[in-house]
Amino acid sequence: MATTVDVAERDPLPQLTAKDYKSDITPDWCPGCGDFGVLNSLQRACAELGLRPHEIVTVSGIGCASNFPGYFNAYGMHTLHGRALAVATGLKMANHELNVIVTTGDGDGYGIGGNHFTHTARKNVDLTYLVMNNQIYGLTTGQVSPTSREGMKTKSTPFGNVETPLNPLTSAIMNGATYVARGYSGDVRQLAQLVKGAIEHRGFSLIDIFSPCVTYNKDNDHPFFKQRVKKLEDDGHDESDWKAACERAMEWGDTIYTGLFYQKTGVPTLDDREPVLKKGGPLATRKTGLSEDQVKKIIGRMM
Amino acid sequence: MSPRKFDFVLTIGGEAGQGIATPGDILAKIFIRRGLHLSTYNAYQSLIRGGHIFLFMRVSDQKVYTHGDKMDMMLCLNQDTMDRHLERMLPGSTVIYNADTIEPGPERDGVQMIGLPISDLTQSRNKLIQNTVAIGAVLAMLDVEFSILESSLTERFQKYGDEVVEENVRVAKAGYDYANEKFEPYSQPLPATSKPLAFWSGNDAIAMGGASAGVKFYSAYPMSPATGVLHWMAMNARDLGIMVRQVEDEIGVANMTIGAAHAGARAMCATSGGGFALMTEAIGAAGIMEIPTVFIDVQRGGPSTGLPTKTEQADLWQALGASQGDFEKLIVAPVSAIDAFNTIPEIFNLVDKYQCPGMVLSDLLISEGHYSVDPDDLDMHPVIDRGALITEPAEANGYKRYEDTPSGISPRAIAGLEGYVHVVATDEHDEDSTLISDEFTDPLIRRKMVEKRHRKMSTVLDDVPAPVLEGPKDADVTLIGWGSTYGVIHEAIEILVERGITANHLSVKWIIPFHTEAITEIVNSARKTIVVENNHSGQFYRYMRSETGLSVDGHIRKYDGEPFAPLHIVEGVIEHLGTETDVYVPDEALRA
Ligand SMILES: Cc1ncc(C[n+]2csc(CCOP(=O)(O)OP(=O)(O)O)c2C)c(N)n1
Ligand code: SF4
Ligand SMILES: [Mg+2]
Repeated sequence: MATTVDVAERDPLPQLTAKDYKSDITPDWCPGCGDFGVLNSLQRACAELGLRPHEIVTVSGIGCASNFPGYFNAYGMHTLHGRALAVATGLKMANHELNVIVTTGDGDGYGIGGNHFTHTARKNVDLTYLVMNNQIYGLTTGQVSPTSREGMKTKSTPFGNVETPLNPLTSAIMNGATYVARGYSGDVRQLAQLVKGAIEHRGFSLIDIFSPCVTYNKDNDHPFFKQRVKKLEDDGHDESDWKAACERAMEWGDTIYTGLFYQKTGVPTLDDREPVLKKGGPLATRKTGLSEDQVKKIIGRMM
Repeated sequence: MSPRKFDFVLTIGGEAGQGIATPGDILAKIFIRRGLHLSTYNAYQSLIRGGHIFLFMRVSDQKVYTHGDKMDMMLCLNQDTMDRHLERMLPGSTVIYNADTIEPGPERDGVQMIGLPISDLTQSRNKLIQNTVAIGAVLAMLDVEFSILESSLTERFQKYGDEVVEENVRVAKAGYDYANEKFEPYSQPLPATSKPLAFWSGNDAIAMGGASAGVKFYSAYPMSPATGVLHWMAMNARDLGIMVRQVEDEIGVANMTIGAAHAGARAMCATSGGGFALMTEAIGAAGIMEIPTVFIDVQRGGPSTGLPTKTEQADLWQALGASQGDFEKLIVAPVSAIDAFNTIPEIFNLVDKYQCPGMVLSDLLISEGHYSVDPDDLDMHPVIDRGALITEPAEANGYKRYEDTPSGISPRAIAGLEGYVHVVATDEHDEDSTLISDEFTDPLIRRKMVEKRHRKMSTVLDDVPAPVLEGPKDADVTLIGWGSTYGVIHEAIEILVERGITANHLSVKWIIPFHTEAITEIVNSARKTIVVENNHSGQFYRYMRSETGLSVDGHIRKYDGEPFAPLHIVEGVIEHLGTETDVYVPDEALRA
């Protein structure tokens, strides 16, 4: 029932390694694209957790980042632009035993899919949400995104972006996400640990991941992040303190923090709260057809 | 069918907040428990200002298909109702009103006016109590024993305590006795049969069809006139083990439904035209990912926000054109509430078999109308056939989700099974789900996949019944309709026969697949063909013409927000037979 897999309970299956989560398809991401690091991190995290590929479903929208499911050996759904969280929620509700991991981009998740982001966080749906935030629309060849910095020149803002970017972390915290982290695809070791924590966490977990687009975003490239990223724990941080988390998340200058900003455990997830899931296993595999008792009840209400 | 011996139409008019629903419900229950057939329609008349409501309730000893044309008794809860409708009351009818607050209109020949001195009768200042007095009077006029009303009132008001029950029973009795004493009863007493019927709305029927089909996931965003499906589901979900979610918008609804369906649950959602527009991108996604999902559009007057509380059949082309690209889909327009109930399990079996989206076009007339139904007519255990669905794990076997099989149908494994790991994608993909959309675009693979998906539908026409011609083969005129016009055309034909005109009826329910051959044969052998539809542009006619190449002799169309009454069609047929009319548009006010 839980996302968390108790490794000790398992049959002694062969230990999986990151390689077991590689699909047969070679990613068509540009060489150096940040998304490779995210793919590696999820592979490592799943191997460490001992999750079998068939127990995992990756769900994505559309974009470079969203090509992810094709490259990861597990069940996958490569859905519509912006709709991954909605599809993933339906999937999780119909089979709450699956480990559902949503893998999208910043445009997909925070732009066109913004409404679902707000509400999926609010409902604390037990999903792991990995947003490969390259602060640009990569697949469509470089337009401004909801996380592009003010002033940034892109193909759709040739004279500079006049809008203020969105802060995914404070948004997620305000909306009720219960695990909120920031990673950097250039630090796979840290990212894999954050991902592992997110999968183990029961509830809606967001990891906003700096995943540089080496082709279309020359502002926020690896050197930009390498100079600035700092692990929260190096400065001491209490992840149960949402105000401190928001303050740290808002810092955007010479220091940009990465790590686990906020976690609240023990908050019931949507499947915990849903009475029809209390017993009987996943909806998807329950037997269909009404019982005589159920029929009697329904007809009785019509008489 | 034996002729109707008892055919009585009661109307109740008032303004929102006057509690029309309560007397409506109490009377409906009394009628169906006596085994009488019922069809009600809530006309929120546009000709009346400020949220006024006019409820038609037709009661008969025989099956009724519409709320009819006439009014035998009218209950006025406000002056407006009296002012607007009195002139349509015919000799032999009765008008009941509160004599304290409503001025009766000018006397009409043979119309009995029953003014109830409400404050004298009730000694109460409770404004809603006038409704209960009126129910008492109505039932006295129909010669129903008071004890029946007493137990109905007790049942209805029990939850508010004994005092409320007593007050209601007391004033109902006062109204009952007063009417009995002072007025002529209706020409016939209310009959009774031995078998009580049940009562439901079209939306209840749709929801129940889903429940019996094994739906495990229902989601929606509230939108009239589809909201009743959500309400039924929410009320019954826990008993039935159905998950019901109200979602942030219809885009989320449609996509969530697809997610649940991919997991292996039967999943459906309902909305009206605007919400359906938001769902359309997802419908195409279900098409290319080949995930069986059912989308229901309960049509209302459009375009845009249009007429939220009025009926129309003008979303046909929206459904036909829902989502970009060529893809396989089913579209069905049930012809009545019970037909909608039976259609939902049917379309679920078909979308499971053909792994494609299915669309159901209901409308406000079907969905918000309330009808009697014989519980014995309800098949609560329809056949559930999940098609080529893999639900058991296996050894790894090189499974290809979109295998190019001879039938075009690729066995579908639900997510989570060992041995069948695969990806589904909205990008065009090869048999093994590898995307071919961008870098590896391959015209041959694209062609193969388009043809595979298309091929799987080659047998679908055999799976849905062909429409048949109802009525005499050699009739003066053939009336062609689709979806919800079935009942009203049926009754119009009964009236036409009385007037010496023979008519038969071609009612089309399945839009995709479309029985082109059967329809062509019927239309070609007709003497005169008239298409009847509840929209302005002849959406069904244009679709039929595109599929068959046939044109017809005339049209009867209505797009004022109200449904057809039988006389609207009768007059249209007479006009068409007499003159060279192309499109006849009836006046809503034309009733008996
Ligand atoms: C409804 C819709 N609108 C627009 C597009 C075109 N589109 C595809 S990906 C994309 C933006 C992708 O940006 P992001 O989500 O940041 O992903 P990235 O490519 O940067 O990884 C857009 C606008 C689409 N596929 N669907
Ligand atoms: S365009 Fe940018 S985001 Fe897309 S693959 Fe290339 S580097 Fe990555
Ligand atoms: Mg991006």
